[in-house]
Amino acid sequence: MAEVLVYVDHVDGAVRKPTLELLTLARRIGEPVAVALGAGAADTASALAEHGAVKVLTADAPEFADYLVVPKVDALQAACEAVSPAAVLLPSSAEAKEIAARLALRIGSGIITDAVDLEAGDEGPVATQSVFAAAFTTKSRVSKGTPVITVKPNSAPVEAAPAAGAVEALSVSFSEKATGTKVVSRTPRESTGRPELTEAAIVVSGGRGVNGAENFAIIEALADSLGAAVGASRAAVDAGWYPHTSQVGQTGKSVSPQLYIANGISGAIQHRAGMQTSKTIVAVNKDEEAPIFELVDYGVVGDLFEVVPQLTEEVKARKG
Amino acid sequence: MSLRIVVCVKYVPDATGDRHFADDLTLDRDDVDGLLSELDEYAVEQALQIADEADDAEITVLTVGPDDAKDALRKALSMGADKAVHVEDDDLHGTDVMGTSLVLAKAIEKTGYDLVICGMASTDGVMGVLPAVLAERLGVPQVTLLSEVSVEDGTVKGRRDGDTATEQLEAALPAVVSVTDQSGEARYPSFKGIMAAKKKPVESLDLEDLDIEADEVGLENAWTKVDSATERPARTAGTIVKDEGEGGKQLAAFLAERKFV
Ligand SMILES: Cc1cc2nc3c(=O)[nH]c(=O)nc-3n(C[C@H](O)[C@H](O)[C@H](O)COP(=O)(O)OP(=O)(O)OC[C@H]3O[C@@H](n4cnc5c(N)ncnc54)[C@H](O)[C@@H]3O)c2cc1C
Ligand SMILES: Nc1ncnc2c1ncn2[C@@H]1O[C@H](COP(=O)(O)O)[C@@H](O)[C@H]1O
Repeated sequence: MAEVLVYVDHVDGAVRKPTLELLTLARRIGEPVAVALGAGAADTASALAEHGAVKVLTADAPEFADYLVVPKVDALQAACEAVSPAAVLLPSSAEAKEIAARLALRIGSGIITDAVDLEAGDEGPVATQSVFAAAFTTKSRVSKGTPVITVKPNSAPVEAAPAAGAVEALSVSFSEKATGTKVVSRTPRESTGRPELTEAAIVVSGGRGVNGAENFAIIEALADSLGAAVGASRAAVDAGWYPHTSQVGQTGKSVSPQLYIANGISGAIQHRAGMQTSKTIVAVNKDEEAPIFELVDYGVVGDLFEVVPQLTEEVKARKG
Repeated sequence: MSLRIVVCVKYVPDATGDRHFADDLTLDRDDVDGLLSELDEYAVEQALQIADEADDAEITVLTVGPDDAKDALRKALSMGADKAVHVEDDDLHGTDVMGTSLVLAKAIEKTGYDLVICGMASTDGVMGVLPAVLAERLGVPQVTLLSEVSVEDGTVKGRRDGDTATEQLEAALPAVVSVTDQSGEARYPSFKGIMAAKKKPVESLDLEDLDIEADEVGLENAWTKVDSATERPARTAGTIVKDEGEGGKQLAAFLAERKFV
């Protein structure tokens, strides 16, 4: 059976959820061979084996952390040469997309970014994408070379599928360009203790209607009652009420949770672009004309300062 | 010596318009107004600020696109760029990121450059990968997705807010940079700027000028193929209630019915 390379997104050996989702998709096309790079690479093996990786290629070198993107492209290129895969799958993070695109050019292959589904096809993998702020769904494939495809979080379930997951060292010789962009310093993001925005099953967002940084406590309380991540519109971020890392939309994060709750958000096209593929959408807005109501499964026309705390109390009561 | 900055700008259909596909599954440009991609305005702005700090700098704005794309160049010139290059050719219709990056790379090399500045993504394609591919093609460092950028003594520095960490980056020129919408609001063209832009040079190039063969670009030679595009079915109209004191409870009941609680 053909092998499919899966690029592993991990933090010091802890595999991030979108990579496990990629393994589910990779198994539809062939046998997943994972590629894990940098500090802790070998520690990823057991989680990857549990979810279907037949092999885990690992490489660690200071270059992966000290220089931007290119060392990882060199490593993936080496993996492609070693394995001759039927496809290369990467998560749709900003960095992995850049790695994917440079790799694709080097190996003379087409690239598809931000797929939301993937199936095997007669002429190679067929990727589903959601375009024009999710107004259209397209089906595409790579027509030249080895398909390189990046997949958005929450595009497939995480499935247990035990496999060998044999660890093999990948030998990488870095290109002359690998050390072109130096990472002078790196400050890890502080954890909020809440689920990761792009990975969360439920996202609770606040917009301009929240009217102040201190009022985001109301949004956070609802999120915590549901075990959800907190998001924000650009208006709320630009006002300085919530960090940019929580922005949902075209120039923020793209989320696709089971449930999205928009509070005091009008539903501008750029916001929709980042949340319209959510399975169930709920909104609280005092303006019944707000465009967000065109998207909702359930909407409450009302003041969020009344509705949201009541909702939080009721959720807590029901959960007991 | 003068700092030569090339800013890549894209002419895109207005995101608030009714965008759809043409019969060949490329973007239908006929029914929607076009404009300079808002995300590329940030690139023009950073170029202007870097040029201000430099002793001597020249900003060229570059676009690959149809005849109307001149509007995007005019806007960038009226913001303060010095000159423009427009690559236009009938054979370019339907070109993908690999083809576009080839054309941009050749045009940038022909123009001469120390620093290339791109936007973070185009508002129509939204791949956000072209700057990285361009750096690969040009064989120079990529310093991308910056929320802060500065140039000093032949070095470009910037801050990249990544998924899990914030990084400070540094590379020697020549380099390819892309900037995010966190890099600072773009200026509006002044009346004087708009008048001055009318006299600024716009150079037109075609594929032959760039030694690119027709079979290296265009829809037929794209490395990916769109097989179908379907309009997403309108979401079935949801339930909308007016809060009369019980709105939160009603919403909780809905969430419980859907098994979220
Ligand atoms: C290139 C570009 C990229 C962009 N990228 C993004 C992006 O990534 N993400 C994003 O979100 N936006 C983005 N935007 C901005 C977008 O166009 C909107 O301006 C933004 O989404 C508006 O945020 P909002 O809905 O919170 O604010 P508004 O549009 O001002 O809406 C606030 C809403 O709150 C309601 N409200 C007010 N008070 C209350 C209350 N007490 N109770 C209930 N409801 C109340 C109002 O009725 C209103 O509907 C982008 C714009 C551009 C040009
Ligand atoms: N046709 C084009 N002409 C000039 N610049 C472009 C073009 N397409 C993309 N770019 C540049 O590349 C950036 C990222 O584009 P993309 O990868 O298409 O999202 C844009 O913000 C522009 O700076």
